[in-house]
Amino acid sequence: MSKLKLIIQREFIAKVRNKSFIMMTFLSPLLMIGMGALIYFLMQKNDEKIKKIVYVDTSEMFSKEDFKDSKTIHFLDYTALGAEETKKKVEEGNYYGALIIPKQDSLELLAKSIEFYSKDSPGMSLINSLENKIESKIRNKKLNNFGIDLDKIKASKINTDIKMFNFSGEESSKLINGLKIGVGAIAGYLLMMFVLIYGTSVMRSVIEEKTSRIIEIIVSSVKPFQLMLGKILGNASAGLLQFFIWGIILFVISIVASSVFGVDVVEMQTAKVPAEQMEAVKAAAGGDKMQLVIQEILKLPILKMFILFIFYFLGGFMLYSSLFAAVGAAVDNETDTQQFMMPIMLPLILGVYVGFAMVINDPHGSIAVLFSHIPFTSPIVMLMRVPFGVSWYELIISMALLLVTFVFMVWLTAKIYRVGILMYGKKPTYKDLYKWLKYKG
Amino acid sequence: MKNLLEINNIVKKYGDFRALNDVSIHIPKGCVYGLLGPNGAGKTSLIRIINQITMPDSGAIILDGETLAPHHTAQIGYLPEERGLYKSMKVGEQALYLAQLKGLSKTEAKKRLKYWFEKFDISAWWNKKIEELSKGMAQKVQFIVTVMHNPKLLIFDEPFSGFDPINAQLIAKEILQLRDEGATIIFSTHRMESVEEMCDEIALIDKSNKILDGKLADIKREFRTHTFQVGLHTEKPKEVENILRESFEVFPSNFKLLNDSLTLNVKLTEGNSSNDLLSFLTSRGEVQHFVEVIPSANDIFIQAINKNS
Repeated sequence: MSKLKLIIQREFIAKVRNKSFIMMTFLSPLLMIGMGALIYFLMQKNDEKIKKIVYVDTSEMFSKEDFKDSKTIHFLDYTALGAEETKKKVEEGNYYGALIIPKQDSLELLAKSIEFYSKDSPGMSLINSLENKIESKIRNKKLNNFGIDLDKIKASKINTDIKMFNFSGEESSKLINGLKIGVGAIAGYLLMMFVLIYGTSVMRSVIEEKTSRIIEIIVSSVKPFQLMLGKILGNASAGLLQFFIWGIILFVISIVASSVFGVDVVEMQTAKVPAEQMEAVKAAAGGDKMQLVIQEILKLPILKMFILFIFYFLGGFMLYSSLFAAVGAAVDNETDTQQFMMPIMLPLILGVYVGFAMVINDPHGSIAVLFSHIPFTSPIVMLMRVPFGVSWYELIISMALLLVTFVFMVWLTAKIYRVGILMYGKKPTYKDLYKWLKYKG
Repeated sequence: MKNLLEINNIVKKYGDFRALNDVSIHIPKGCVYGLLGPNGAGKTSLIRIINQITMPDSGAIILDGETLAPHHTAQIGYLPEERGLYKSMKVGEQALYLAQLKGLSKTEAKKRLKYWFEKFDISAWWNKKIEELSKGMAQKVQFIVTVMHNPKLLIFDEPFSGFDPINAQLIAKEILQLRDEGATIIFSTHRMESVEEMCDEIALIDKSNKILDGKLADIKREFRTHTFQVGLHTEKPKEVENILRESFEVFPSNFKLLNDSLTLNVKLTEGNSSNDLLSFLTSRGEVQHFVEVIPSANDIFIQAINKNS
């Protein structure tokens, strides 16, 4: 059996047998689902609380018709009580707020002089909805004054819904765009977490070998490069195993949950989609949401994404964990790693930020494209772009760049690793690390 | 092939620092070879190069007639000065892993380990983790791990540190037995009494240079001072001493005899032999003690290092 295989095997088993690995693997999916359920539950609770809002309409322009009760807001007409009395009552009583509409000579003046009093400062959405109500009423009034027939305006209203296609004939919609964003973001974020968690695990393992001093025995049997590579590959296999177990657990749980709770699961999934998209879902599909979501998910290039996730995970992990291994080799204990960790973490975090800021707005914009080719950010940014469809030549260039870079980085960091593992005592400076690169053998 | 290991003109640089400066050492087959030198002399650098942990900047190493190559790691066993094993790994698994890294098959490794574990009476530790063992126990495991693949060349760096006298004795016996079975042993230590006890040949490295090497007996001869410890029973000790001074160098004695004899250290001068001294003494009284002062490894070490600096 080759030595590399032996090392991979040992590293894999050492990692997988670790209690924290077992805990992470089996508990975190449950935890994630639990958190999701909790957020959903809290959102339901939050919405259920009905706000009582009273209005005093001295202008006598508005009617009960204009202030229709909604699911969460209950309107009460307190015009008879007068503005001052109402304010007092609202302050003392169990009301959310008071909307005061004064009498004014012109509609323009009226539009500027409406006031809202409340105990807590109200949310933006509430004020927006109140403003919308008042605006549309005043606009209608003005249209009326201009002698325009409201019925004709209503009749002239028409909804356009542009159907989106790409040239491979796939139909897309706002819903699927939302799903793409969600799936891409989750994949990119997951990749960063994996790289970070397993990268530091490689680093710790290097430090452990160094402090326990077994390193000198191991490198008298194998080349330091083999040991480093074995360590990286062993940890990568453990990461992939964890990823597969998570996939299986999530799959089983969602099947069980959907058969038990039925609709609830659907709502939980749509809750992740931005609000705008939810409206689209509701408008488009009415009650049949589940079916639609599943259909749309199935339209995503799932197999392609899965394969690319594996590739970019391995590529990104090799790239970063070789750096982590070099850091582990350079220091004697974990507290000394801080200084060297920062430059490694920065591009990872940058990748996630660029992904969230740029890809979501414009998946094929020049910045998104650029960062999906830079090897230090490409695993994250490209994964976020993939659901939107990335041409093969772009993928191949990005993958090739990543491949070349990680081979180069592994070669470079192995030079630091090789020297560092046998150095004890003083924490090295960057200048020392540079010097190590030039040592022979 | 008389020499198992030939180290030829090795130079090792770390940046501007020369850790080894043109060092050549030839180690005959089947001997215990002492690699001596003060701290920071370059011993560990040399040992690491022999183990192919690092590469020399120039020079060559020949192991048993072949230029040192990666596959030779299977023929070398190395016990580093700073011991270490995976703390949270089980003793047996760990030993198996290290044996396989040395190129043994799993079944062969198991067989060898069983032999050694029984020999050291530690079979009960197989499923224990290293962190559960005492330091001395861990050292035994470490020793087994070093020798289990029957290497041609064994390198022990301070093998007795961490052992109590009884276990140190046991390890010394094992090392000598391995030599008798055909292994060649490089033995690096600061403890000069164990050099006397174990080594057939030595090399002394100081400040990156080899300053001395050869058979221990030859070196001792080279370092002999032609000084004799003399004990003489005589009626007139003062007078004898004064006459002695005329033909020899005489130093005060640093040893004691059982009765009240005159005790002196006498160094032969040009043109004198030990026989001359002895016949002088026998003519003046009854010789009770006559021994040449043989330089100890410790004396040689200190003398050679001082001369070099």
